[in-house]
Amino acid sequence: MGGKSLFEKVWEDHVVVPETANTPAVFYIDLHIIHEVTTPQAFNMLRETGMPVRRPDLVLATMDHSTPTVPVKDFEASLDAVSDPEPAEQIRQMVKNCAEFGIELHSLGDPYCGIVHVIGPEIGATQPGKTIVCGDSHSSTHGAFGAMGFGIGTTEVGHVLATQCLLQRKPKSMAVNITGKLQPGVSAKDIILALIGKIGVDGGTGHVIEYRGETIRALNMEERMTICNMSIEAGARAGMIAPDATTIEFLRGRPKAPKGADWDAAVKRWLSLASDPDATYDLEVDLDVSELEPQVTFGTNPGMVVPISKAIPADSVDATLHKAIRYMQVTPNEPMLGTKVDVVFVGSCTNSRISDLRSVAKILDGRKVADNLRMLIVPGSQSVKKQAEAEGLDKIFKAAGAEWREPGCSMCLGMNSDKLGKGELCVSTSNRNFEGRQGPGGRTVLASPATAAASAIAGVIADPRAYL
Amino acid sequence: MEKITQFTSATTVLEIHDVDTDQIVPARFLTTTTRAGIGKALFADWRFDAQGNKISGFPLNEPGAEDRKILVAGRNFGCGSSREHAPWALHDFGIRAVISTEFADIFRNNSLKNGLLPIIVDKATHAWLLANPGAEVTVDLEACEIRLPNGKKASFPIDGFARHCILEGVDQTGFLLKQADAITQFEKNRSWQP
Repeated sequence: MGGKSLFEKVWEDHVVVPETANTPAVFYIDLHIIHEVTTPQAFNMLRETGMPVRRPDLVLATMDHSTPTVPVKDFEASLDAVSDPEPAEQIRQMVKNCAEFGIELHSLGDPYCGIVHVIGPEIGATQPGKTIVCGDSHSSTHGAFGAMGFGIGTTEVGHVLATQCLLQRKPKSMAVNITGKLQPGVSAKDIILALIGKIGVDGGTGHVIEYRGETIRALNMEERMTICNMSIEAGARAGMIAPDATTIEFLRGRPKAPKGADWDAAVKRWLSLASDPDATYDLEVDLDVSELEPQVTFGTNPGMVVPISKAIPADSVDATLHKAIRYMQVTPNEPMLGTKVDVVFVGSCTNSRISDLRSVAKILDGRKVADNLRMLIVPGSQSVKKQAEAEGLDKIFKAAGAEWREPGCSMCLGMNSDKLGKGELCVSTSNRNFEGRQGPGGRTVLASPATAAASAIAGVIADPRAYL
Repeated sequence: MEKITQFTSATTVLEIHDVDTDQIVPARFLTTTTRAGIGKALFADWRFDAQGNKISGFPLNEPGAEDRKILVAGRNFGCGSSREHAPWALHDFGIRAVISTEFADIFRNNSLKNGLLPIIVDKATHAWLLANPGAEVTVDLEACEIRLPNGKKASFPIDGFARHCILEGVDQTGFLLKQADAITQFEKNRSWQP
């Protein structure tokens, strides 16, 4: 009998009823994060069947997806800023549903309002060893803490609200061993884009990834979150990183972190979660990042990615690649470097934290955004916004000609007022370059915050290493 | 949930790999607070131009497509966002089975909870289906096989519990609710509390 991996330890700690040939496991959820878009139908189901929320104390609620990011004075003014009646109604229902079912809501204007996957960690609710779900696929972000985070649909949101459990089959495991020291100007975002390029957008399907190795150990928590965040773009069920001293220091003193003797006991438990030395995995992949360049996508999924100085592939008889090249209006066999940019978006649950904003500010400081280029900088939460303003980053952004916004998902997903126009090309620090993701007909190039900032100044896709 | 044991239908073929749920239902349609009528959003940006006119040549715009219950898709169908609106929209449009060689995990999970069968077949069967749009195919959930008009059969894997629920037309929630005592015991006996 071999040792256990981080994932197996967390899995076994949450099995209420084991799976059998005929039935899946009943699997306990420690933290359920909810937002306005994927919950209304689940609350309606509870109402229709007369069921209460089993553990409102284990629910963390905010609003982020359909909310406006233009600065406004209060909640009602925010709703007025939502020009469309449907999203406004969705936001109102969120307030009503949380009040009716006894759930604390970090509503617009609340000091902890923000993107679901940004506020969980910053409030200290995201902790090692927890199972964390949300009706949002980027729930994999929380795996950076050694939690098991995964996205669920609205039916399952209803299951967790009613029973605090899900019906689950145990996924397979996959180790991604990352080695090598990153070159200046290359970041965690470039690592995860390169990995998805290597294993493909379905390379992790059916598996929980554990990111391991010296490179991962050297990353701070925000960088680890960027990596785990995009596990879903490789098709993985979740992405996890074993807790260590970096994890503990991040959580120390956070509002929902344990206190006193409970803290000491929790730290001991958290540090015991690391995979045993003889743990085995269903699949292993190695990635050496010592020569890694900044990465940019050229197509319509995150696996269509190239190093910034290298040419994109030749056109293909493969219908999927051909469609992507045609949609993106990119030139086969040429690099993306130098491609004209209309919009730069810095934000999303992938790259909207304080370290991301600092890396953008470092490049924008004393420089100007190119003429006819629009740059949106959207902090991940109210706390990130406050911290950035305390450091004077907002002044650097505004002086450079960028727009400094209120927190939210913003232009990541084209379901609020921040959208690309048809044909516009956007260098984006978000996670998905699907057709029309940022607005119908919009073209998305995924990149790191540094690459986004360099491109904003150059007006074309630019290598951040020339701006350090 | 509607009961499915077996049905026969002509297929619609969409030969694109890695179709993401942003294509199946674009995000701007997620502002709804119900499920009613979500079929109108299905592949909205591939079915309709900016003026709302049908784009000719798109398979779901072919005459009779609305009567077909089977969509044959490229590999890794349903990747990306966890939006359950994707299977809701396919179901509302009239689709009851999607056939591919591979599905994204969350989409597959969501589909099985809504009476939409994600059917995984071998590459040879898949290639035949891609090459023969409109073929009359029988989906037999009791036998876990599909039958092609050329007389060939292909078996497909499906989680036994999900299969049982769809054959009986029962919601998975009922099973979970019956576990209340076990859940209470689990909460009481844990070595730590979240």
